[in-house]
This record gives sequence, structure tokens and C-alpha cells, in this order.
Amino acid sequence: MPGPVITATKLVKKYKDFAAVDGISFQVAPGESFGLLGPNGAGKSTTMRMVGAVSTRTSGDLEILGLDPNAFGPEIRSQLGVVPQTDNLDTELRVRENLMVYGRYFGLPRAAVAARASELLEFAQLADKAKAKVDDLSGGMKRRLTIARALINEPRILLLDEPTTGLDPQARHILWDRLFRLKEQGTTLVLTTHYMDEAEQLCDRLVVVDKGRIMAEGSPAALIREYSSREVLEVRFGSERNADAATRLAGIGDRIEVLPDRILVYSSDGEAELARITELGLHPITSLVRRSSLEDVFLRLTGRSLIE
Amino acid sequence: MTGIREQPRASVSAGRPFKALYAGNASSVMQRGWLATRSTNWLVVVSGFFEPIFYLLSLGIGLGSLVGNVTAADGHDIPYAAFIAPGLLATAAMNGAIYDSTWNVFFKMRFAKLYEGMLSTSLGPLDVALGEIGLALARGALYALGFMVVMQVLGLNLSWWAIAALPAVLLVAFGFASFGMGITSYMTSFQQMDLINIVMLPMFLLSATFYPLSVYPEPVQWVIQALPLWQGVELIRGLTTGVVGVGLLWHVLYYLVMILLGLILTTRRLRALFLD
Repeated sequence: MPGPVITATKLVKKYKDFAAVDGISFQVAPGESFGLLGPNGAGKSTTMRMVGAVSTRTSGDLEILGLDPNAFGPEIRSQLGVVPQTDNLDTELRVRENLMVYGRYFGLPRAAVAARASELLEFAQLADKAKAKVDDLSGGMKRRLTIARALINEPRILLLDEPTTGLDPQARHILWDRLFRLKEQGTTLVLTTHYMDEAEQLCDRLVVVDKGRIMAEGSPAALIREYSSREVLEVRFGSERNADAATRLAGIGDRIEVLPDRILVYSSDGEAELARITELGLHPITSLVRRSSLEDVFLRLTGRSLIE
Repeated sequence: MTGIREQPRASVSAGRPFKALYAGNASSVMQRGWLATRSTNWLVVVSGFFEPIFYLLSLGIGLGSLVGNVTAADGHDIPYAAFIAPGLLATAAMNGAIYDSTWNVFFKMRFAKLYEGMLSTSLGPLDVALGEIGLALARGALYALGFMVVMQVLGLNLSWWAIAALPAVLLVAFGFASFGMGITSYMTSFQQMDLINIVMLPMFLLSATFYPLSVYPEPVQWVIQALPLWQGVELIRGLTTGVVGVGLLWHVLYYLVMILLGLILTTRRLRALFLD
């Protein structure tokens, strides 16, 4: 098996006294789709900037494609594709020009960039927008153009920081489809997200990050198996009765999480737990049985929700 | 998808720290600038071209008819318009370079996040600095060429040395552009950007542009002589009026130092801002 394309060992990034990244270690194998899942401010973007060789680490070791980013920034960056959290497309240039100019930044020959730009416009479903102004594109189109731009140098690793934040559901699904194709083609993807559905769709393996540290690591399914039950029963009693009802639910299910607006009951059989609650004489206003998700894993690990 | 090229494996070389700053690809940044100027900014370019010509016509020809002749550095009498034209030429070079390297750069740095995008490619901060400054220079050269044609038509180029004023103008523009970009990197708001105007306007009016340095008392002369615009005005005036001596090389040296310091400042700042 080929060696990892990214190896981070006890990676630390401090801004003055504040440690944005506080001793993170992970490896990414070639062709793997790797995710950093965590709430805002967890240190995901800072980690991505260090992996993208645009931020120097405070301590620890980092190797990207076998090179140390402190010494080989340009060499590493020439083999990466970067999709930043906020689009930084060149609004003074047209859609196709964005791809052309970006390819030239890598020192690639004009003819090769032109051929590649046409392919990528097709891939990003923007071929009919080639001459459009960037500002006239929708949010989803801009995002796809940013991804196309990041692929202009045929990167060995594609870094995506919150790829679908701020997009409507339809645009997200189009984007996921494109990313899934890249994954099928063998591109190594590293992405950060605070959406668990995104992580579940796109990541082979992920780390849960909170406050600059890794809380858990594994495939989405393995994490759910390890840190949560098969099913979750969500019951609501109304905000006033919520806390009171929670005390009477002791002993129901494997575990209970009390949130301000609802109670989560973890169990292998949600319906059975709901029946027991009714037997206790408690009548929730609404109830819902669902499968466990990474949200539950995060709640278990940190006691907090992902999106606050 | 088609393969473009073999990825070059990094080779460790002695020039390592420099390699992290410079990929030898500033031309791609300049090309980007041409493309953007072509589509959006050409009007600004045109307006900057005419400004010094209006000054020359109103002050040189208009006011000059009242002033008559002034005494050049070598003791000859020259027309007032021929005296101030090189001053305006140096100022035009300064303004063109400053506009591109301050307001344009400020916008790209703070709002368009353009440099963030550039620096996540294999470009280094020095590529970005040189590319942007190169663009400012090209514009400065365009202004200068147009202005010198006007000077020639009006008979204000008094010597063949005037041809050398063209590279001299580029030197002046290079100095201002490299420093302007470095200073702009410290600016965080539009209000702070106004500080640049507060410095530029008095420098334009007071740098012996419209009258000889000798009108000032000696201590003030020293201050004026330290200003970059005075250095540029003197250099170009020497060339267009044909009063050429070894002394002009001091002005050249002044600008070479200014360019070097400006480039170091700009590169360090870009590195600190985008590659921390």
C-alpha cells in the first residue's frame, strides 16, 4: 500500500496564547476521502490552511506529499487544489478567464490550460456560462466554479473548506454529486464540514474536532456504532415540562440527552422505548424515531450540538 | 481527464528561502492585470493620462506667459513651461504608480481576496508583488510616453537627453509602486487610505515642481531634497533640459535603494498577511 499523502503529528497552531489547533494527529491515504467534522471555531479551517501550505505551524510535524510545507510551500501548493470557505473568485474576470488565469499562476502552458478549462467547465456544468461575469452567477454556480478552478492544475489532493455552507439544498446535492465523481476518479479529498449529512455522504473516514483537538476518529458508520445506539427517539413535551419529564424518564433507553427543546432517548429500538414512556403516563407532544447520525456522536463526545 | 504534465518533484537547492518567496512567474500576475484592465478599468487609465497634460497647458502655457523665463541649473534661461514639464512628468509617473499600487492593491487585498487566491497556487509573494508593480510600471510608462509626445510637440524637450527621461520615469514609478504597495498592506480602512492623499498632494506641490528649490531657506531645502518626488523631478528635469552631469546618478541611486527597500517591505508584508 502506498504511503500516506498527508501526515500530521501533534500539529499545533497558536495565535498569541490561544491554541486554534492543539495537538492534532492524523493521516490521509491516497485516494481517500477524509473529513474534519466539528463546530465553527473548532480549528478545522486553521488545520486546512496548514495542510494547504499557506500557514506555518507553531509546533508538531506535517508532511504533505512527502514534503515539509515550511520549506516546500510552492512545490506543495502546485499539487493541491484549494476551495476556500468563502469564494475568492476574480470578479474582474469572466468565468472562463478565471480558469485560464488561475492555470497560468501555476506556470502551466496556455494551450494545456485552455483544453483543461473547457473540460472543467463541462464538469462544473458551467459550459454555457463561460463568458458570464462572476457576479452574475448563483451561489451554487460560484462554488462549482471555485471547485473547477481548484482542479485546473490536476491536483493530487483537493482541499475543501465547508464546501456547501450557505447553499440551498438543491445546489448542495449538485455539488455533492460532482464531488462524488471526483472521489470515484480517485482524487484525494480532504474536507471540513459542520454538516453531518455531508460528512456521511462524502467521507470514507473522518475525525471529530472540537476546541482544536481530535475527539474521535473512524468511518461515519463506525463512529455511530461506537458512540451512539442504532436508533434515537426524540420526544418533545413543550419547553416548560421538558426538564420535569426528563427526570421521570430515568432508566428508559441506553442513555438520555436532554436538550432545551427536546429529549433524545438512545436505544436499539426506539418504538419500544416510546411505548414504555406512554406506559409511564407521559404523553409527549411529538415523537420521532430515527437512525443515529454523526450529530449524535458529536453530542455524545462534547455534550454540545454541532450547529449552535 | 487529460494529463497536463509530470509533476516536478521538489529539489532541495541552496536558494531555498528565496524559492518559497518567488516562483519566477510574475508575468502571470501581470497578464491577469491586463485582462482585468481591459474589461473594467480602462476609463480610469484614460483619465490619469490627461491630468498632467491639463496641468501643463494651464500652468505652463497660461501662467508661464506671466512668468516668462526661469534660470536653469546651468545658468541658461529656459521657458517656464519647459521648467515645470519634467516636474509634471515625474508627478504623472508617481500618480500612475501610486494609484495602481495603493487603491487597486487595497481593494484586491481587503475585499476581492485576490491575493489569497493567488498565494494558494505555486506563486510566491514576490511574484505577486513584482507582477502588480510591473503593471503599475506599464501604466506609468504609457502616461509618460504620451506626455513626452505632448512635450515634444510643444517644443519643451530641450535636448536629446530627453529620450533618457523615459527609463528615468520608469525608475521613479518603480520606486513609488514598490513602496506604495508595501505601505498599503498596513491599511485596513478607507479612512486610512486617505492618508496617502494627504502625503501625496503636498509632495506634488512643494517638491520644486513649479519653482526652483532655491526659494526655500536652507533647512527646508534639506527636507525637500529628502523627498522621493524631488529626487525624481530633478533627475527628469536634468534630462529634458539637457543639464546632465554625474550628479544625476545620485538620484538614480536614491531610487534603486527605494525600490529595493520597497520590494523587501512588500514581500514581507504579503508573506505575513497571507502565508502566516
